[in-house]
Amino acid sequence: MLESTTPILEVRNLTKHYRLVQAVKGISFSIPTGICFGLLGPNGAGKSTTIEMIEGIKKPSSGEILYKGAPRGEDFAQQCGIQFQSTALPDFLLVREVLALFHSFYDKTLAIDELVTLCDLGEFLDQEANRLSGGQKQRLLLALALINDPEIVFLDEPTTGLDPQSRRRFWHLIDRIKKQGKTVILTTHYMDEAESLCDDLVIIDHGKIIDQGSPQALLQKHLPHRQVSLHTETVIESAAVTGDVSATPGVVTIDTLSVEKTLQELMAFDLDLSTLRVHNPTLEDLFIKLTGHALRD
Amino acid sequence: MRKFWALFTARNMEFYRDRAALSWAFIFPLLIIVGCALVFSKPDQTLIRLGLLGEAQSYNDLAIAQQNYTDITEYSARERALEQIAHHQIDLLVSRENDGLRYWVNPESSPGLAAQQLLRALDGDKALHEEQLTGQAVRYVDWVMPGVLAMNMMFASLFGIGYVIVRYRQNGVLKRFQATPVSALQFIVAQVASRLMIVVVVNGLIFVGCDYFLNLLMLGDYSLLLLIALAGALSLLSLGLVIASRTASEELAGGLLNTLTWPMMFFSEIWFSLENAPGWIQSMANVMPLTHVVKAARAVMIEGAGFAAIAHHLLALLITTLLCLLLAARLFRWQRE
Repeated sequence: MLESTTPILEVRNLTKHYRLVQAVKGISFSIPTGICFGLLGPNGAGKSTTIEMIEGIKKPSSGEILYKGAPRGEDFAQQCGIQFQSTALPDFLLVREVLALFHSFYDKTLAIDELVTLCDLGEFLDQEANRLSGGQKQRLLLALALINDPEIVFLDEPTTGLDPQSRRRFWHLIDRIKKQGKTVILTTHYMDEAESLCDDLVIIDHGKIIDQGSPQALLQKHLPHRQVSLHTETVIESAAVTGDVSATPGVVTIDTLSVEKTLQELMAFDLDLSTLRVHNPTLEDLFIKLTGHALRD
Repeated sequence: MRKFWALFTARNMEFYRDRAALSWAFIFPLLIIVGCALVFSKPDQTLIRLGLLGEAQSYNDLAIAQQNYTDITEYSARERALEQIAHHQIDLLVSRENDGLRYWVNPESSPGLAAQQLLRALDGDKALHEEQLTGQAVRYVDWVMPGVLAMNMMFASLFGIGYVIVRYRQNGVLKRFQATPVSALQFIVAQVASRLMIVVVVNGLIFVGCDYFLNLLMLGDYSLLLLIALAGALSLLSLGLVIASRTASEELAGGLLNTLTWPMMFFSEIWFSLENAPGWIQSMANVMPLTHVVKAARAVMIEGAGFAAIAHHLLALLITTLLCLLLAARLFRWQRE
């Protein structure tokens, strides 16, 4: 009973000071087992510092990190999988040799054949690891993060710099991992990635958590309106529709809480609706609203 | 042990597959062998190598000393001059004494016997007293080769371990290892073991190559020479580890390594003896591990020294290794700060 309610990871008042800056300013959150948890924020927000403190790569200035309800032991490295934002591997080693090297570091491991299938490595097993394309290399690094069959996997901006096709392919891999019941902790500054993969997330800016929740809950909480826009020369009075109407030459935009109701009202005008567009707010919009600046600033 | 072996093998494969580095590891020593063969195989142009105890000016009446085919070396220390005669470094040694001229000759040296006959022919009118001293011939190449081998070992050890670890830190390989259960000690020991093997094997091949071309003098025990090579390489690798322990810039590492190697190259008696150098230079030289490698190897090769005679050099290398390893362990960081 206790196991099912104890979060797999809990962070309390975590801080990190460097000489001149405080990168992380008292962050707290807890992560239930088996979800994909996102740390979302712009470059320099403190995401990577936070995740690296949890991984044990950086030492926190203060705060507490609990794994399965207790401080992390020396064997935490045996139990977690880590993929860094950017990683080089020893030169001149083939992919299969890199896998064998990392395989030897752990007590409990997945079979290499299983990893090769899981991460689609088969086509480049005999290539030099440091000469792979961006997408191939990220899949190899993911395989290294999974080599010890970890319960918890940290992925630090795993798709940064990848082309859209490689990013989509990587998302499918993360979905596979989630389906295996593993807990995934993901940092990203891609909104679509967070929306597509994360069950729960924290938005971080300037080393602090601005808000936390599922993507849908956060959007519903902060941006409940949808925008309906239409190319038309017809003047639409505010009183005629439910919602705020704004107009620029040739385009009318209506902020509404109910898209269905607005559509019904517009149909009464007998307009050509072929240019009608409905814009759902994104995490990017949410971030701009919460912080006043865009995610990639 | 499994982790150590995997890291050791990976590092060896990396070295073996880096064709440029591998080629240089063998080309550089090859250049040394060819260079030494060219320089030292050249026949000596001088007919007589004459040693004079005291200043040459006081031998103005010595006819053999005035010949243009005679190369003169002055000696202030009698013991040093006698060693030179014994090891065929000079053909004849002459000293002006109260009862006339005393000269030393090595009867096993043909040039020495020829020089003796010339002395008797040219200066037979003077009171000459003959002394004989025997010993095996030691050419300059026999004297200098232990130093050249040690110098190669120094470069291969310091730069070999230093640059690799600094590069690993710079490009994030060390950070990736930090995220695994591999400990810093396991990682470092594997790197040192791999480099030690490479250094000893490459130096062994150079030794064999030089011996083939130059027929090096080897009076001592080969196993003792191997022990010196292992102890020397370990101490130099440990020194390299100190430099690499937290440096994250290859440029800085290069500067620091050069700062270490250049003084050692000049003051570790690779090319010349420091016996007449000021005391402070000799003290400084004794702190350098390379000095102990060179002196111990030279003692074994050209004097046939046994373990007891070089034990103090091995102890110095052991102490250097331990101190450097302790310092490196204390300073080591997986990542740049």
